[in-house]
Amino acid sequence: MSWVKRLTQRKRAVVGLALVAAFVVMAVFAPWISPQDPLATSWSAVRKAPSAAHWFGTDEIGRDVLARVIWGARASLLAGVVSVSISLSVGVPIGMLAGYLGKWPDMLISRITDAMLACPFLILAIALAAFLGPSLVNAMVAIGIAATPVFIRLTRGQTLAVKVEDYIQAARAVGNSDLRIVVRHIFPNIAAPIIVQATLAIAAAVIAEASLSFLGLGQQPPAPSWGSMLNSAKNYVDNAPWMAVWPGLSIFLLVLSFNLLGDGLRDALDPRHV
Amino acid sequence: MGDFLLRRLAAIVPTLFFVSILIFGLQQLLPGDPATAMAGEDHDPEAIAYLRAKFHLDDPLPVRYGYWLKDVLHGDLGDSVRIQRPVAELIAEKLPVTLELAGLAMVIALAIGITAGVVSAVYRDSGWDVAANLFALWGISTPNFWLGILLILLFAVRLGWLPASGYVSPFEDLRANLASMIMPAFVLGNAFAAALMRHTRSAMLQVLSSDYVRTARAKGLSERSVVLRHALRNALTPVITLGALQLGELLSGAVLTEQVFSIPGFGKLVVDAVFNRDYLVVQGVVLFTATVYIALNLLADVAYFLVNPKMRT
Repeated sequence: MSWVKRLTQRKRAVVGLALVAAFVVMAVFAPWISPQDPLATSWSAVRKAPSAAHWFGTDEIGRDVLARVIWGARASLLAGVVSVSISLSVGVPIGMLAGYLGKWPDMLISRITDAMLACPFLILAIALAAFLGPSLVNAMVAIGIAATPVFIRLTRGQTLAVKVEDYIQAARAVGNSDLRIVVRHIFPNIAAPIIVQATLAIAAAVIAEASLSFLGLGQQPPAPSWGSMLNSAKNYVDNAPWMAVWPGLSIFLLVLSFNLLGDGLRDALDPRHV
Repeated sequence: MGDFLLRRLAAIVPTLFFVSILIFGLQQLLPGDPATAMAGEDHDPEAIAYLRAKFHLDDPLPVRYGYWLKDVLHGDLGDSVRIQRPVAELIAEKLPVTLELAGLAMVIALAIGITAGVVSAVYRDSGWDVAANLFALWGISTPNFWLGILLILLFAVRLGWLPASGYVSPFEDLRANLASMIMPAFVLGNAFAAALMRHTRSAMLQVLSSDYVRTARAKGLSERSVVLRHALRNALTPVITLGALQLGELLSGAVLTEQVFSIPGFGKLVVDAVFNRDYLVVQGVVLFTATVYIALNLLADVAYFLVNPKMRT
């Protein structure tokens, strides 16, 4: 049975996949499905409760919360995908290098990885974002760098396990170069756990981006971002709770969908895990 | 035990060395002249001169690192440009508040996570199991700052049972202290409880199907005794490592929780420092957190060594 079939047999994974797809559609088609301009302010509609005109209500300067939630999906998805792509493109080659070469390169890379893992993820991301300067791009870079050691460690471990397999020895015996062995023989055999980890890392990156934006270190105002929407919402909890409910619910659903999909992929790609 | 400890301590040295390089390297990310950037928007010449001298900015990079490391090893993390006080002193002042918050969060997480994990494993595939798994999914998917805002809305604004924000020292008024800390502690412990539940469930499922549990049942022991005295005790061993490592994560999560509830702890110190461009404080906090994390890792290994007889053979 193919892994796609195993994945689609898992209800939770299908729900996760459907939700991710819905958020992607929302982000891509934001200009067409957004009911209003997310940046348009209206002093006659400040902190209005949800109504027919504004389904999710309005914020402290009269902007439509639904429009900002729809456009905010772009920042969250972009941050999740771009920062994990950074982690993958840096972490996977370095991890394979460490695992394949062993000896001092492995020792050096492992110690640097340990040092990065010793700094708690969010604190490191905050520090990097603070030193790089507050912006969505820098937040993505900061999250990407902070998440890299997990991929180095995972890839290194998987490479160590695979490189002693008979088919790798055979590939070496018939004269394949090290680069070819790593790219053509090792990588395809370690890709499954990396894909699973990447999916779960997107969930963590979405929360991290929202956290940095909540602290003012991510997407800068007035551009919409769920984290920064929650930052302003916390000042109006008593008289405009809808400002906090919708962006928070959106973060929750997007993170939940990637977690469901990640769990489903792990079961589908690694039947031993079930 | 002595050999084990020595080996672990020896392994920590290179990690600490690379941590120091990483944290020193943060300064190099600053655009332009580091002294001007670190002095903040005022560009106070006195502050720039202090930073230039403090970091030996006219010297080559390796020499600057040497000076910086020497100061750090003497407990000198520099002075806050904004507050004009030593960074180490500021961290020591704010730390007890965050430790109280992290400690309470840990207690809440252990109580909820272990109970839910045990119930879920013992009643596998029942309604309890489904509920506990849903709780775990909720826990790992909820941003804690959002949960904080929702709890403020419910318990402070709507019901008026708890204060929305602020901090009261336990030495001033213990009751008021607990009232101000219970919501933040729950918010901070929520994700850890979820992770703990998953780990406890999986460890319990493994232990419950082992031979010695079957033997305990065959001997006629009550199910309660089998679960609590035989299975749980062994299932909790790996949880020790997770618990110690999570305390480091709790310190990191406290940054957001303290921001939501306006708690004047270590997390608020770092956020204020970020906005005041007080980079020495940010650097000091990262260094301190990493050192605590490494120390906790060592403690976890020692505890694991002590409780797990297999490690001693």
